[in-house]
Amino acid sequence: MSKLRIITNGIIKENPTFALVLGMCPTLGTTTSALNGFGMGVATMFVLFMSNIVISAVARFIPNKVRIPSYIVIISTFVTIVQLLMQAYLPSLYETLGLFIPLIVVNCIVLGRAEAFANKNSVLDSACDGLGIGLGFTLSLTVIGLVREILGNGSAFGLKFITGDGVLAFVLAPGAFIVLGYLMVLFNKFVAKKE
Amino acid sequence: MEYVLIIISAIFVNNIVLSQFLGICPFLGVSKKVSTAVGMSAAVTFVMALATCVTYLLQYYVLVPLGIEFLQTVSFILVIAGLVQMVEIILKKISPSLYQALGIFLPLITTNCGVLGVALMVVQKQFGFGGEAAHFFNLGQSVVFATASAIGFGLAITLFSGIREQLELSDVPKPFRGVPIALITAGIMAMAFMGFSGIV
Repeated sequence: MSKLRIITNGIIKENPTFALVLGMCPTLGTTTSALNGFGMGVATMFVLFMSNIVISAVARFIPNKVRIPSYIVIISTFVTIVQLLMQAYLPSLYETLGLFIPLIVVNCIVLGRAEAFANKNSVLDSACDGLGIGLGFTLSLTVIGLVREILGNGSAFGLKFITGDGVLAFVLAPGAFIVLGYLMVLFNKFVAKKE
Repeated sequence: MEYVLIIISAIFVNNIVLSQFLGICPFLGVSKKVSTAVGMSAAVTFVMALATCVTYLLQYYVLVPLGIEFLQTVSFILVIAGLVQMVEIILKKISPSLYQALGIFLPLITTNCGVLGVALMVVQKQFGFGGEAAHFFNLGQSVVFATASAIGFGLAITLFSGIREQLELSDVPKPFRGVPIALITAGIMAMAFMGFSGIV
């Protein structure tokens, strides 16, 4: 597989949110606006990219029996780095995303890619895979956030285009489930069919 | 009185699945049958209460005195993973029948973000109920909060699996089949749970 194919693979065919249905908690919990979704996506992408590189580099030296705990330690190291960086440079985003930053550790996408891809492929391929899946995740989170923000708040990326309020329910919990559900329907109908 | 408020708040008002978005993976993954949903919630309740108790002690007796709180995420997830493994081994030895019922769910719980989420929540967030000033939970309150959160998870997943059993029998349009219709159902359930907000 060419490097470009690996990257685009993660964006559409193996899109972590719409095709693989992994990592639902941050997908629902942080997409109250397009920017929040984007921020969460980038944070996850960084962890995914770095942990894929390190895991693919050291996978040969880790005994098979303790591989999962070892992967978790590697992943949580990068999560802690993201956490400290965000706290220092993006304190307001860190406040908003809150609990979901440390919870990247248990995001099934990250461990899933380590187990399904990084531990049997070269460092460069794994880096591309991390980038592709990360981009796919960022893209879907931004789209979900955008739809919720437009419907719920009447704004896009923080820019208000109507006067007055939107349908508040879309920013609150029920809207997250419903928007994601309908976006998944559209994905199933128009994108997944073309394969 | 405060314990009652903590319990009501954690089960209904701030339900971890339907309003905090924690533990969505098992919520969608093992909710096809009521019996498996009940098994999963029992396993989660057990692990969540135990894990919160252990991580609470870890936080206040190891991490804080040594000034290494930045290792919170790493140490909590390792403790939880170890704990789940240990529970699995002990259960297998002392109660094979319980192991039969809960065994298959235990490995899944390590990656249930609800367990880590609740463990982190009790040491990071300040709670105030019934007009009291917001404060950090003590050990008893933390364990009660964790148990009640897990019961909230159990309530949501059990109700949801009942609805999904019915959904299996209905004629759902093709693009809606599987996860999408489940998500929309969960959205409507979340709307119903919003009715509880403002009680506590």
